[in-house]
Amino acid sequence: MSNGPTSNLETSSLFQLTAVRFKLFLREPEAIFWTFVFPILLAVGLGLAFRNRPADVLQVAATTPQLTQKLASDKGLTASTMNEADGTHALATGSALLLAIQNPDGSVSYKYDDTNPDARTARLIADRAIQTASGQHDAVRADNQLVHEKGARYIDFVVPGLLGMNLMGPAIWGLGFAIVEARQKKLLKRLVASPMPKWQYLASFLLSRLIMLVIEVVVFLGFAGLAFGVPFRGSLWQLGFLCILISLSFSALGLLTASRAKTMEAASGLMNLVMLPMWILSGVFFSASRFPAIIQPFVRALPLTAAIDALRGNMLQGTSLSQMLSQITILLAWLVIPFAISLKIFRWR
Amino acid sequence: MNQSNGPSLLLRGLRKTYADVVAVDGLDLEVARGECFGLLGPNGAGKTTTIEICEGLTEPDSGTVELLGLNWRTGANELRQRIGIQLQETQFPDKLTVEETIRLFRSFFHKGISVEESIKTAQLEEKRTSRVGGLSGGQKQRLAMACALVGDPEMLFLDEPTTGLDPQARRHLWDLVDELKQAGRTIILTTHYMDEAERLCDRVAIMDHGKIIALGTPPQLIASIGGEHIVEFAVTSHGTEENQIDTAPLISIQGIQSHRVDAGLHQLSVSELHTAVPLIFAALRAQGLHLSEFRTHSATLEDVFVGLTGRNLRDE
Repeated sequence: MSNGPTSNLETSSLFQLTAVRFKLFLREPEAIFWTFVFPILLAVGLGLAFRNRPADVLQVAATTPQLTQKLASDKGLTASTMNEADGTHALATGSALLLAIQNPDGSVSYKYDDTNPDARTARLIADRAIQTASGQHDAVRADNQLVHEKGARYIDFVVPGLLGMNLMGPAIWGLGFAIVEARQKKLLKRLVASPMPKWQYLASFLLSRLIMLVIEVVVFLGFAGLAFGVPFRGSLWQLGFLCILISLSFSALGLLTASRAKTMEAASGLMNLVMLPMWILSGVFFSASRFPAIIQPFVRALPLTAAIDALRGNMLQGTSLSQMLSQITILLAWLVIPFAISLKIFRWR
Repeated sequence: MNQSNGPSLLLRGLRKTYADVVAVDGLDLEVARGECFGLLGPNGAGKTTTIEICEGLTEPDSGTVELLGLNWRTGANELRQRIGIQLQETQFPDKLTVEETIRLFRSFFHKGISVEESIKTAQLEEKRTSRVGGLSGGQKQRLAMACALVGDPEMLFLDEPTTGLDPQARRHLWDLVDELKQAGRTIILTTHYMDEAERLCDRVAIMDHGKIIALGTPPQLIASIGGEHIVEFAVTSHGTEENQIDTAPLISIQGIQSHRVDAGLHQLSVSELHTAVPLIFAALRAQGLHLSEFRTHSATLEDVFVGLTGRNLRDE
């Protein structure tokens, strides 16, 4: 063609498409809430719930006043006296973690739930208190040195997890719903009937996503750093690179989920199907290594697991990119394969 | 080869089948430069499939399509720059403004008219900063036209441009199409409104079941059914509801071309109304029949369709 497009932004279709995406996003108040406000609210909530407190005092009960006194001599316990029936009821309702029962022969029985970690702790402390008060001496002298280090708290663990989740949600929802809506309203068909280069339409989603990403990540991590003192031990440039790579991988996945669906219902079902396993398995709120060994290969292959591992590595341990090649490979595979498939199967009408 | 002398649109042996439905069944068509051409037919006649094949949105099973001397296989990029398209039921994003929507479409074309000019042509000046979601049906349709025009196309495809609009909005859009015709563009439109086709089109193809059953200018088509006037009447005979009439005396009247019955209503196509009507009255009286209804109107494309298929345009 003799008269090619000018470099003027006004007449650049890629610029116009990206600007339209951006405007449409900003004119959707709900989207702004879920993308910018919700992650911060979640971080605040979790930060409050798991804030650092003095070690918990455990609630226990005993059947005789003498036993109660011995238990209360340990600062880690508060003890009350009740008969065995009341004590059992207290165990069942969770108002006591352990019941110490004085047997007629002078021995003591502990009644507690051994699957509850707090109850197991109560068992150890209670037994030590009773044995010490009954005259037992430590064979080895020991004292305690306490540390409360930044980076080892739950909030430090959960912020990279939330970041990974926030990179996934808007990428998949944002792309998926916008594309399926445009298909449903026959706008996609109208666009391919125009001279618009098709790749630019898809690229405009990725570009507007990346612009939004900068705002989102800076706001969220800035908040986490200022309000909770979450550490940034790795290179910030590498952290930025990871965020872009992760966002592009999830955008490719979003594109794939939206490439054929004709209705919003079908699309949202598909998106939940894609995201639900990752919400559960990928270690947003607790370590993914807790899952049985047999499903670990599957868990490790999920993009969100790789994303969160890499983010935690960078932020908490200061790991460099060269030491997380397996995660980067997994993310790249999730970028290239879904993108290639969706380009092939994408339905414009 | 001099492209500017050939036809704008050339279709040869076009066929398209969906599952077990033959949507387009061996279509041949030629549309000249600067012509406003109408595809008229009931819903399901294959108009939209035909126009979408022309627009390069649907691949025909067989047959050839040539637009402006180019075809979709080798000239798609150039064709997309040179044609303007308005599709049935496109919904532009509700939260964009009129101006933003047109500017987006303008950016797809290498050359064309300015956004302002396009807004002016579509008479949307007052709505330029309004969001699409707040526009009326007619305004949305004019926005679709503005987006089709913004590349200054040589050829314009309009698929049912006035379906669903109120009468005033329809006339408004017709005026817009008139203006575009004056500018010498080739326009191809589909419609199931015969009055629209008569009002706008230089030539009309009447489609039914994927075939063109009649082709010509609206006056030619109307003349082809033999009479410019249609007489409709209903009769009762004495004492009974019996509606049987002997049609032979009616048909033999000078100037009566055909007779048919539709839902108890007799229809005659008549060329000389003033001489035929007294003879019709006499013939019915002779059979002892009483008229319960009687009216006449000028023949329209609707009557052409009815005459050709025995069905009304909007039956289906």
